[in-house]
Amino acid sequence: MSKELTPDEALDKINFTPKSGNWMDTTPSVQIKPGMYCYAAKADSVKTLGLPNARPWNPLEEDWKLPENWQEILHQGIKERLEKFRTFKIFMDVCVRCGACADKCHFFLGTGDPKNMPVLRAELLRSVYRNDFTTAGKILSKIPGGSRLGGGRPLTMEVLKELWYYFFQCTECRRCSVFCPYGIDTAEITIMARELFNLVGLNIDWIATPVSNCFKTGNHLGIQPHAFKDMLDFFVEDIEEITGVDCTPEYQKKGADILFITPSGDVFADPGTYTCQGYLMLFKYLKDKYGLDVTWSTYASEGGNFGFFTSHETMKRLNAKMYAEAKRLGVKWILGGECGHMWRVIHQYMDTMNGPADFLEVPVNPITGTVFENARSTKMVHITEFTADLIKHNKLELDKSRNSNRVITYHDSCNTSRGMGLLDEPRYVINNVCDNFYEMPSNTIREQTFCCGSGSGLNAGENMELRMAGALPRANAVKYVHEKFGVNTLGTVCAIDRAALSTLCEYWVPEVEVYGIHELVGNALILPGEIKRTQDLRMEPLPGMEEE
Amino acid sequence: MNQKYLIPLTTVFLLFLIAYTGVQGAGLQVFFGIVFPYLAVIAFLGGFVYKVFGWASSAVPFRIPTTCGQQKSLPWIKQNCIDNPDTPGKVFLRMLLEIFLFRSLFRNTKAAFNRNESNKLAYSWEIFLWLGALAFHYSLLVVILRHLRFFTAPVPACLTWLEYFDGIIQLGLPGIFISGIVLLAATLFLLARRIFDTKVSYISQAADYFPLFLIIAIATSGIFMRYFTKVDVIGIKTFTMGLVTFSPVIPQGVGGLFYAHIFMVSVLFIYFPLSKLMHMGGVMLSPTRNMANNTRAKRHVNPWNYDVKTHTYEEYEDHFRDKMIEAGLPVDKKE
Repeated sequence: MSKELTPDEALDKINFTPKSGNWMDTTPSVQIKPGMYCYAAKADSVKTLGLPNARPWNPLEEDWKLPENWQEILHQGIKERLEKFRTFKIFMDVCVRCGACADKCHFFLGTGDPKNMPVLRAELLRSVYRNDFTTAGKILSKIPGGSRLGGGRPLTMEVLKELWYYFFQCTECRRCSVFCPYGIDTAEITIMARELFNLVGLNIDWIATPVSNCFKTGNHLGIQPHAFKDMLDFFVEDIEEITGVDCTPEYQKKGADILFITPSGDVFADPGTYTCQGYLMLFKYLKDKYGLDVTWSTYASEGGNFGFFTSHETMKRLNAKMYAEAKRLGVKWILGGECGHMWRVIHQYMDTMNGPADFLEVPVNPITGTVFENARSTKMVHITEFTADLIKHNKLELDKSRNSNRVITYHDSCNTSRGMGLLDEPRYVINNVCDNFYEMPSNTIREQTFCCGSGSGLNAGENMELRMAGALPRANAVKYVHEKFGVNTLGTVCAIDRAALSTLCEYWVPEVEVYGIHELVGNALILPGEIKRTQDLRMEPLPGMEEE
Repeated sequence: MNQKYLIPLTTVFLLFLIAYTGVQGAGLQVFFGIVFPYLAVIAFLGGFVYKVFGWASSAVPFRIPTTCGQQKSLPWIKQNCIDNPDTPGKVFLRMLLEIFLFRSLFRNTKAAFNRNESNKLAYSWEIFLWLGALAFHYSLLVVILRHLRFFTAPVPACLTWLEYFDGIIQLGLPGIFISGIVLLAATLFLLARRIFDTKVSYISQAADYFPLFLIIAIATSGIFMRYFTKVDVIGIKTFTMGLVTFSPVIPQGVGGLFYAHIFMVSVLFIYFPLSKLMHMGGVMLSPTRNMANNTRAKRHVNPWNYDVKTHTYEEYEDHFRDKMIEAGLPVDKKE
């Protein structure tokens, strides 16, 4: 195991000036470094999913136990993907290496490693493409030294290891794509690279095992149905202690109005659990006041989709449960909880992969009459869209003062900002449940938001050095508002963020706590028949109640 | 010294010499003036079309625009129509701004990190790449348009107007064209950036230096002919009109410099479809920019969508039935 770096040691390593020379020369010296990579996938998980080349292997060992014809498999894999994805083909061809993306990546900013510049990350694969698939590359490869001059190189084992190392140092956050004059999206290239790794069995365990769990038990954490219910029961008890109201939810209720799906992280890990309690309270409120019938499902108990980080096919296999369950239960439409990549999948992929959802109705909020036109076809609504609509129509009774000890800033999740554009809905909700809201600097929010450093399945424990380096730009902005405005709360609508930002804050800005938006809603929401509240959902005294 | 730019520089120098001596020494006017330019135009058109069709023949399985602003959602939330378009009209606007004003590049920032007490990462607006790129592309466009006067008779009025504005600064004779000067200055700036900005230098390939050197050489030879050696413009027009009417003639009294100029232009034409210069076509087809962000409102169809193995509810219930019944969860089958 690697020794964990202190923040000061991590900062000492940062240098944005690359050494001179040709980056290809450093390929042989690329070491898979502890702290910077994730463990190899367990053979069992790969087997459950029926994915290729299930076997035990270790990235630190010389022999990666690849199939003998791995080069041929990868060559075929690239060829096929060039035909199936216009993005891939164009992005391989048109980069002019202007360098606009170079210092936009949180991993580059946090590590200073030039191969973490988005352009160079893509070039790692592009060099293979140039050598094997382009006319110029084929002509040049006939001249001695020509390939190299043309920036091409054959796919050797060294190159493959380098690709693997660096494409698992990209969180598919798309920040570089915002600045690229051709819209080249490194996320798309990383997605392709990971599909290719998958073809020869180079998966990482932090992705493959959750995917396998999700496939079998319905959620990444492998929570079985009875245990899932136990956990929600536990939250119900806590809420009852705090509010005196019983918020017991429905499970698998046929004919309910709405099926609710959220990442299982909200059910399992603090501080997501408090957000989950917020959902339960909101649904109880809507049930009592307006008769809205929301059901949960233990079968479709995962909003997130680590399949997205494996391959398009795996993403589709996991995502299929949402529509299948909605159809089986006969609900009108689906409501989705706070999550980042979950929403990228729902917003940009679900309907195409597993639709059309013609068995559902165009989503209408029965309480306000609002038709969610933007979800007309997919029939799935984001919970902050839903809650914002309720607040706008004065359908929720809220007591902001219960959050008055929270000085909050908001972290846009990469996927909801750059793969959807959900920016003002959560801010509207925050402003209606809290009084003290401050934005981080404009280069670090909205479409320019920085990743938490742990997205796309990289939130493992063994790659902590990488995660904390990638977290630096976000942390730096949080620290800025903490010092300037006394911010003590970092709000977010992403389950991975709730876990990852907590670690980030602990490491870089220990004074700040991470909150889901619906935790704040839960605190502010005045439930019918509630007792006088003295504690928030974390069972800390509410503002003004500290003495009692 | 760096091979990545020395080899392209030497290559461009040799290209110049080949044409210059080929004409001056070996009298190969027909080859450099007629045969090669025709071949180059064919290679350019063929290559360009081939490349664009190649891209167009690849599927667009998912609608995955990069959204750079507020989505269209609730009626009272203001949508960012340009950076998060949901209709073809708004996409068109986004693409116009992208293609003609390099909108994404305009956002460019520069990050700096200071290791001191505050350890602050700071981002400042970095406008020079955008300015340099814009100056380069527009001056190149004007230069190309101006050259159309050699291929048209009579010269269209719009070209005369363009020349008038391009030459509005009058300093001696012949009048100075701003576009040529800007083109040379902009390419030199882009070259300097590539060499002296350590990050850009590190990512640069020979393929990045070659077109820069080539364009610099083309612009320089053009400027030389116009302002210094004062080539026989009438002779050249006879020649170019001959090319464009497919009855090529070799004019008298036009020297090697001119042939070197059109030889290098021809090389650029041939090189174009084989290289990154195809970003000219690629930018229009880029799915992260030219698609509407309305995937939830309007279903996108994947032409190669196929069925996959899923884990059905029945399989799930079969696996967990006893535990579900015990926990009081509803089941479809009691046994």
